[in-house]
Amino acid sequence: MLKPLFLNLPITIAMVVLLIGLWMMLRRRNLIRILMGLSLVEAGVNLFLVALGYRHDALAPIYTGQPDPPPLMVLPTVQALTLTAIVIGLATTAMLLSFAMAHHRKTGSLDVEDMRRLRE
Amino acid sequence: MTAFLLHHAPALMVGLPLACAFLLLAAGHAGTHTRNHIFLTGLALGAATALLLAMRVLCNGEIVQYVFGARGASPLVPGNTGGIPIRIAFIIDAIGAVLLIPAAIISTLSGIYSLRSEESTDGQTYFQPLFLLLTAGVYGMFATGDLFNFFVFLEITSMAGAALAAYRLDGPEATEAAFKYAAVSTLGALIYLMGVGILLAEHNALNMAQIARAIMHSGVTTLDITAFGLMLIPLLLKCGVFPLHQWVPDVYSRAPDPVTAFLLISSQASLYAVFRISYTVIGPFMPLAPLSLLLVIMALLSMFIGVTMALVQHDVKRLISHHAVSQTGYMLLGAGVCIGLLDRPDALAAFGREALAGSLFHIVNYALYNSLLFLAAGAVIHRTRTRDLNQLGGLAHQMPWTAACFGIGALAIAGIPPLSGFASKWVIYTSVFRYSPLLSIIAMVVSLLTLASFAKVFHSMFLSAPRPRFAEATDPPPAMLLPMFILALLTLLIGLFPGFMMQRLFLPAADALLHNAPYLSLLGGHP
Repeated sequence: MLKPLFLNLPITIAMVVLLIGLWMMLRRRNLIRILMGLSLVEAGVNLFLVALGYRHDALAPIYTGQPDPPPLMVLPTVQALTLTAIVIGLATTAMLLSFAMAHHRKTGSLDVEDMRRLRE
Repeated sequence: MTAFLLHHAPALMVGLPLACAFLLLAAGHAGTHTRNHIFLTGLALGAATALLLAMRVLCNGEIVQYVFGARGASPLVPGNTGGIPIRIAFIIDAIGAVLLIPAAIISTLSGIYSLRSEESTDGQTYFQPLFLLLTAGVYGMFATGDLFNFFVFLEITSMAGAALAAYRLDGPEATEAAFKYAAVSTLGALIYLMGVGILLAEHNALNMAQIARAIMHSGVTTLDITAFGLMLIPLLLKCGVFPLHQWVPDVYSRAPDPVTAFLLISSQASLYAVFRISYTVIGPFMPLAPLSLLLVIMALLSMFIGVTMALVQHDVKRLISHHAVSQTGYMLLGAGVCIGLLDRPDALAAFGREALAGSLFHIVNYALYNSLLFLAAGAVIHRTRTRDLNQLGGLAHQMPWTAACFGIGALAIAGIPPLSGFASKWVIYTSVFRYSPLLSIIAMVVSLLTLASFAKVFHSMFLSAPRPRFAEATDPPPAMLLPMFILALLTLLIGLFPGFMMQRLFLPAADALLHNAPYLSLLGGHP
């Protein structure tokens, strides 16, 4: 039962990080903590992507000067994707933090339970 | 030179608005006049390129493909990299082209509208670049043929959209709406990214045509279906259907009016991705009856809950936003019915194709008349400084043109002939009726409720006795009226020539989704 989980340890860990993040997003009331949860989800997804490209006993994907056919290498595409996702994540986190700041400045509160003005 | 520009049109369509956005930031200290010129140039160039491409696709019946970083139509995977997919391709076929047209029109018109409606707000320097970013992101979503690239454009539109939604910091509501929108979109995009990762690991491709070919050869696996689900849920969330619609009224009602008008299109871009992924990439290779059932149920609930929530609102923009949820239900209904018929060619030819074409028709009509409604309501709010239906009244005397435009939009959304809303709803009713009469009847009832709701709104805003409070209110300046006139005119014209629109635009677009062989043979593939 547990064997596949250990065989895919990186992916299991990525999923655990993701679930902790999701739990934080859903259960916490403080806006900053919700954002911390979102960052954890993002870290989980990024880990997941990098783990997908992993090959056992493989080289870094630098093709210059390699024999033909090249030796086993880890997949480079997912790393490029992760890099892009990290940059995008940085931008969204910064933007969400500034929204939280602006909200705090207007209302003096960071509690989601106070975010009920728009509910009807 | 012309040939060079034509060849690179797909890149320029996204690149020109982006370049103008950064130019605007650099020109922050230039006068308002200069900045407005750069802003309008960016919008006009982007729209002109998009319309040019759409014409090329629709008139010649070709599929435009453009591989970044490659010469001509050279292969997607460069020979010297060991078969690793690193190149991005833009693919514009009939459906992308049909949806690029309203995107181009509405981005330009709401940009013109924003020149006057947002002139009193501070920080124009940032509003206009963000608006251009949003435009570039939406064009990219319609044009891209690459799943990861779609994620990037999705994030660009979400970020620019959230920043614009929070633009009027007049109260805590704006940041509240923007926070919800940005947090939900980011979470959704990350889940979508996981789905893309799974497909990449399984098929070693990010391009939709390549993935579809790989699935066709290997058959659909459980992993494919998981990835499909992970991608579909966030996209449905972004297009705002029940039960994932809670952000819609918050964001649409709080964003500045020209931004709301254009955010409608960015939501429709996610709906386009739902169609593209389910019809082209995975749909033809597996039975989709459960998905069809799910989409139809979501569609009915969106239609019904959207319209009932709208009946009790007294904030005019919030009311129209709830109707937006309800209208999205119609689009999902037609497409959802059609998706279940993919393995029944006779039913598909008899009414499935028409149901899908009807729902594409409705996307375009909805984008036009709903932005018209938001712009007209925005003009009223701009002049009266209130959005409360209980306080507004008698404005038809002071703002006759705005009243006329709002009236046309209201009749169109309620599906009154001869306006555009009637044409597309009629196609959906008649085709869905042959699948199940009950669905069609529910859709008609919702349409009646929409009419009731808008009769109330129109009466309480424009018809009741004039209020002394608003004696000073007048029609908005020409820069705000002109976009409303053009949208009203289009709503009227489309309603007058529905057969022509269906034959020339929407049936070819539906065929592009239903017959995926041309799409699969793109980029050097052999289906």
